Amino acid sequence: MPTKIEKDVITGTDTTGHEWDGIRELNTPLPKWWVYVYLATVVWGLGMFVLYPSIPLGTTYFHGLLGYSSRADAMAGVQEMRAMHGKQMQQIGALSFAEIQKNHDLMEVALTAGRITFAENCQPCHGPNGEGRIGYPALDTDVWRWGGTLDAIQQTVTHGIRSGDPETRTSQMPSFGADGVLKPDHIQQVADYVMTLYGKAKPGVDTAAGQKIFAENCAACHGDKGQGNRDVGAPPLASRVHLYGDARETVVAQVTKPRHGVMPNWNQRLTPATIKAVALYVHSLGGGE
Amino acid sequence: MGDHGAVNVMHHVPEAEVEPPNKLYADRVRVYPKAVDGLARRIKWGILVFCLAVYYLLPWLRWSRGPGAPSQAVLLDLWNERFFFFNLELWPQDIWFLTGLLALGAVALFLVTSLFGRLWCGYACPQTVWTDLFMLVERKIEGDRNERIKRDRGPTTFDKVWRKIAKHALWLGIAFWTGGAWVMYFVDAPTAVREFWTGTASVEVYVFIAMLTATTYLLAGWAREQVCTYMCPWPRFQSAMLDEQTFIVTYEGWRGEPRGHGRRLGVTETKFGDCVDCNACVHVCPTGIDIRDGAQLECINCGLCIDACNHVMAKTGSKPWLITWDTLARQAAKKEGTTPPLRLLRARSLIYLGVMLAGMVVLGAGLALRSHIGLSVAHDRAPLFVRLENGDLRNGYSVLLINKSRQGAEFHLGVEGFAGAQMVLPEASGKPAETLSVILGPDTVQTVRVLVQGRPEHLEEGRQSLDFVLRNAATGEKAVYHSLFMGPGGG
Ligand code: SF4
Ligand code: SF4
Repeated sequence: MPTKIEKDVITGTDTTGHEWDGIRELNTPLPKWWVYVYLATVVWGLGMFVLYPSIPLGTTYFHGLLGYSSRADAMAGVQEMRAMHGKQMQQIGALSFAEIQKNHDLMEVALTAGRITFAENCQPCHGPNGEGRIGYPALDTDVWRWGGTLDAIQQTVTHGIRSGDPETRTSQMPSFGADGVLKPDHIQQVADYVMTLYGKAKPGVDTAAGQKIFAENCAACHGDKGQGNRDVGAPPLASRVHLYGDARETVVAQVTKPRHGVMPNWNQRLTPATIKAVALYVHSLGGGE
Repeated sequence: MGDHGAVNVMHHVPEAEVEPPNKLYADRVRVYPKAVDGLARRIKWGILVFCLAVYYLLPWLRWSRGPGAPSQAVLLDLWNERFFFFNLELWPQDIWFLTGLLALGAVALFLVTSLFGRLWCGYACPQTVWTDLFMLVERKIEGDRNERIKRDRGPTTFDKVWRKIAKHALWLGIAFWTGGAWVMYFVDAPTAVREFWTGTASVEVYVFIAMLTATTYLLAGWAREQVCTYMCPWPRFQSAMLDEQTFIVTYEGWRGEPRGHGRRLGVTETKFGDCVDCNACVHVCPTGIDIRDGAQLECINCGLCIDACNHVMAKTGSKPWLITWDTLARQAAKKEGTTPPLRLLRARSLIYLGVMLAGMVVLGAGLALRSHIGLSVAHDRAPLFVRLENGDLRNGYSVLLINKSRQGAEFHLGVEGFAGAQMVLPEASGKPAETLSVILGPDTVQTVRVLVQGRPEHLEEGRQSLDFVLRNAATGEKAVYHSLFMGPGGG
């Protein structure tokens, strides 16, 4: 209860009139400048209320006198960026690979666009850095089943592999086991031989029979030394990099009833310029061919 | 001052009149420094003109650096991350040099202070220089000390108002010029001026000019000696550098006291010292203190009181230099009638000198041996390694190449510590080669992806060390970066 407002002797300031156990409190009001700044912020706040979107009105809201919208702002920024990228992507679409590679800035755009497109579309199968996984080829090595030049990569990405596109890349290995072309014993023998091609054969195993079977059945496509043949889509076997792995049972399984991977034809979903960017990016992963 | 209390009775205030303190802080006593002429003042003018001339004019000095580089002699180009000092060009990596320079400046300040007290404060500190300049303006418009005091105490007249307005306008003008000159150290000077007046300069330029105009005006016009006494940390720890052998502004109390003027006081029987208690020394002091109270925190060692007192001594016919530059130790000895030699070089100052020289050597050597090419290598995170068709291993790296020189050049990038290694620039569809050739433009930072492949003889626990070496094909200057080559079982 304020009782008696009196002047404090020492400071000359009024007291608040409150007293607790003989302790009185000086009335020290907020500094004037503080109060004015506070009032100014209130006025400022009211101004913002009137100028900018503020009051919710059910399904709509008061738009403010300036008609500002952060969403429209953001969309304008997106449009601007699209326009900018559109020009550069157009250039990428129009120029040859060699010309793009010579243009440092354009190359940077292409690699960035390629990287983003790759992450959105290719990464689920080929891995985040193109390292591949079983059944999905690695893109960072020097083994290219269908060619590793920029043009070859562009072709593969555009039309896919066994995709149903009229220009798709395709190949088919016979089911030597399932169709009864080779007996299970022979398949075991040929597997023993194939493993010698990449230095994984167990020592002491006789591979003469397997070699003979290989020469008669496999060499036509895979080459007499297992070096592969791109024209018929036969992968190299004398290689340390294998699509399905290099274990004996894998070889046996593949000869018995081969798996045939499919890659979509991206011309359905990506523009030619974007595919070019992807090709440049994929090529940069391992240097291509 | 115990031994002359009898003479000083006029300063005595009866205890009854002392009011109880009702304030926690002392009010500022306004200082009206009086004009003075003399040795210290002339040196101070000289330094003032020099400092201001350098500050205001240096940004306008042009310096030819060839095409593509700014033609301003001193330019701190923050936007392009380059600092230019005449022929020296500093990159962000060289910023240690500026840090070192500041540290060196601090040690130099310690050295000077241990030898001569606060010379920096009295003569070269921007606060002192600009305050002096502002005081000059004030004197030219409002007159000297007595005139100013009288007008300030008097009524508001037209004469008073126009003089005040003129003074503040001129102060603001100088402050604005000061802020503008500051910005010119960061933006090309002629461009800055043109853009400023055409309204096309960046917001930062306007903000910084406004800020520096405000601080200059407030600090040199209004705050003045309060900056030195209350705001600046330097006077707080200068006592750590000063000792009784420091050569500073001192009052020769042994011959000045007892102070007073016999005839004026109407006292004839007392023998008076040389000080006639005219307070001339107090009136000229820019911080408003009395040097006769001894060395004190507020004293900026400017020596203006020396000049003032010398005039008085000339008039009274006493020996000049009653206030003088001397050491406390010598003053104590002089009181006893001896004059020992100066001992300026003491352990303290020699240590400061040593540290300063060592710092100069380190900075100088660092600058002279500074590399003009830079190399930094980051190993790919995933995959750590790739196996190739023939069983070789391949690692990928992001390599940052820097050419700091103003000439484009061919560089050779190679690796050491891996016999038979081949390198590829995959982005450029390059063919594997033992060394790669890269053309770097002038003043360029470029990142390239590099693949290193080969069959390492033996991989220690899946990894082995690998050094990247970048060489300027023409000059042979090289940079080495230590990295790793990973294989199976490593990681
Ligand atoms: S100017 Fe000299 S004589 Fe005058 S009061 Fe100061 S010390 Fe004494
Ligand atoms: S006492 Fe003398 S030296 Fe010290 S600040 Fe005042 S005028 Fe300058």
